[in-house]
Amino acid sequence: MNQQDHIVKSFDSELSRLYGEIQQMGDLAMAQLNAAVDVLDRRDSNAAARVVANDDAIDILESRISSDVLTLLALRQPMARDLREVYAALKISADIERIGDYASNVAKRSIVLNNSAAIPATARIGRLAKTANLILADALRAYQTSDAELALKVRDADAELDGQYTSYFRELLTYMMEDPRTIGQCTHLLFMAKNMERIGDHATNIAENTWFVVHGEMPEGERLKNDHTAE
Amino acid sequence: MTSLHLDIPHTAAGDVKPPVKLSAKDLAFYYGDFKAIKELNLDVPENRVTALIGPSGCGKSTLLRIFNRIYSLYPKQRATGSVLLDGENVIDPAYPLNRLRSKIGMVFQKPVPFPMSIYDNVSYGISHYENLSRSEMDVRVEQALREGALWDEVKDKLKQSALGLSGGQQQRLCIARAVALKPEVLLFDEPTSALDPIATGKIEQLISELKAHFTILIVTHNMQQAARVSDFTAFMYLVVLIDPAATQTIFTKPVKKQTEDYITGRFG
Amino acid sequence: MSAQSIYYRRKTIDYVAKTLAWLATAFGLFFLTWILWVTVSKGFNAFGLHLFTQMTPPPGEESGGLLNALVGSLMMCLLAVLMAAPIGIAAGTYLAEYVNHSWIGETIRFVNDILLSAPSIVLGLFVYTLVVEPLGGFSGWAGAIALGFIVLPVVVRTTDEMIRLVPGQMREAALSLGIPQWKVNTQILYRAALPGILTGILLSLARISGETAPLLFTALNNQYWNTDLSKPMASMPAVIFQFAMSPFEYWNQLAWAGALIVTLFVLCISIFARIVLSRKKL
Repeated sequence: MNQQDHIVKSFDSELSRLYGEIQQMGDLAMAQLNAAVDVLDRRDSNAAARVVANDDAIDILESRISSDVLTLLALRQPMARDLREVYAALKISADIERIGDYASNVAKRSIVLNNSAAIPATARIGRLAKTANLILADALRAYQTSDAELALKVRDADAELDGQYTSYFRELLTYMMEDPRTIGQCTHLLFMAKNMERIGDHATNIAENTWFVVHGEMPEGERLKNDHTAE
Repeated sequence: MTSLHLDIPHTAAGDVKPPVKLSAKDLAFYYGDFKAIKELNLDVPENRVTALIGPSGCGKSTLLRIFNRIYSLYPKQRATGSVLLDGENVIDPAYPLNRLRSKIGMVFQKPVPFPMSIYDNVSYGISHYENLSRSEMDVRVEQALREGALWDEVKDKLKQSALGLSGGQQQRLCIARAVALKPEVLLFDEPTSALDPIATGKIEQLISELKAHFTILIVTHNMQQAARVSDFTAFMYLVVLIDPAATQTIFTKPVKKQTEDYITGRFG
Repeated sequence: MSAQSIYYRRKTIDYVAKTLAWLATAFGLFFLTWILWVTVSKGFNAFGLHLFTQMTPPPGEESGGLLNALVGSLMMCLLAVLMAAPIGIAAGTYLAEYVNHSWIGETIRFVNDILLSAPSIVLGLFVYTLVVEPLGGFSGWAGAIALGFIVLPVVVRTTDEMIRLVPGQMREAALSLGIPQWKVNTQILYRAALPGILTGILLSLARISGETAPLLFTALNNQYWNTDLSKPMASMPAVIFQFAMSPFEYWNQLAWAGALIVTLFVLCISIFARIVLSRKKL
């Protein structure tokens, strides 16, 4: 991307197409996430149904990317950075597909939530969603611009999201203990929050793969996991 | 002046630093006054396959041909520096030429069987060095042809002319001819560029078997072949040696931009 | 000019050229066939076993053969080849292997080409001055030497070219085995170039078997049986020359028969040379 073109130009155009498909997929996933959160805020079940349906578009893109990657590997025998880019595209598309699934799951649960009374805890989930959204946006931008430094920041930001999730988890537990009638809604909110946290993890995967494309090896050091809910 | 030594990998499967068999030090080469190779250093590890890749005209074939002093055939060509085989400088004029060539064998791009029978092709070189009885020679010829993965195909027609063999068979005959002298190092100069894919595959398989007993240096313009066949790869560009490194490293994350550009097809 | 008319123009030129070429071939073939026909028919009439058993007759006699001429020709030709071929092969090897690209090599090749196309009568005269005069007389040796000078440049040229045709990589492959240069030359190069070299020798033999001019004043001719090379020797071309020009009927017949024999000899050698070239793969 910041290098000179291949001698065989069609190789460049095929690589560009791959990047374009990932971009499309990422945009779709982010839109899904935004829409799912909107649904919560506006209590619009019809919108939620649309989110669920759009998940198919992401799945289709993922299988198209898989097939493109296979073709590129067989026909172009990519080496060095080209090889890393193709390999990363495969892994990243899988991550984005999971993110889409999570977003769709959030939307489904929001439909259920809308059928019962609103509770204060619902407001907080928006915050988690916003954080997850930012992380995802950064991860995707880092990938498209091959910005390894930004990718590293994403990794750190995910730790923050994990922290938010942990505290929200505790908050929901408190609500459920105080008022058992809210257990139903709180459980849904719990799952939705978990989905956000998983989205953050997958975004971090994307970031680590971006670092790999640029540097040829995975970033050093442990990924910070601030998810202490299992302790 | 380049001074890069082979990067012995710490990631390759089970590979601890192999000893160096052949070593070029400050090696330069001249065609008349033209300096075709600038001072370079190269360590070729023992019992491994080392590939030399690079664009046309970068000097890789020239470099290969220094190692068995073929240039002494041509008056205007000369080399400076040293090439150490087990510590002895073999391009020193005082080092006997036929001793060098009994230790370092060469296989060329175009299969060139001698105009003799298959048996004679193999025994020709041996008979120059050793005086063997007929039965001893038979044993040696069979052994060489087995090492060249050709025995089964020719054992019934040893007396026939070698020119009747197919291209791939002829090349394996040339390999058998070279290993018949029991050299220590084998030099391959683009050995499969004149052959079809199946014959190429057979020879690549043969090379991977041969490295158990020989140290192998192969020049190839086919990068995939270098990737398939070699343990270490060195990239030559503009007559300078760059980036000798483990093959799996060079093809997944090369260090130098020129190497990356060459192997990803961005060169030029 | 439209594409169509260009096409037709080219077709016409093609047709005209082909016709002219065909006519030229027919012209050559016509005369060749005529010559052969005359030689064969006239020679056939005079053919017989006596040609190979009896000596050339004196003028006027009605019997006799060509035995002494045949033997004389055979001896001198073979001797010429035996003398010139080794020298020619050695010189050709030197040219191809040792001085191939240098100015010495180019000079030698140039001189050789001049010798190759030198008129044979000039060569005869040269040998006359060199051998006949000092020795005080015509001889078979002189004849053989003169013929040798015709064979020599042909063999040099053929050897040079055949050896140069051997791929350089074969040399290098042999040298890479540690074989010394001289062995590479004799065992590898000669084996590879042998069919070509043999053909060159055979063709030069065919050529000298019909050469007349140099023999005229080196070996002269001899009416009688003679196998002593230090004396004048009979040869086929000389005898044919003498007999054909004479007014004697029988001598003319013998001349035609001799011409046929020489022609058949050349034909056989040419066929043999072709067989050698195509079959010898070792």
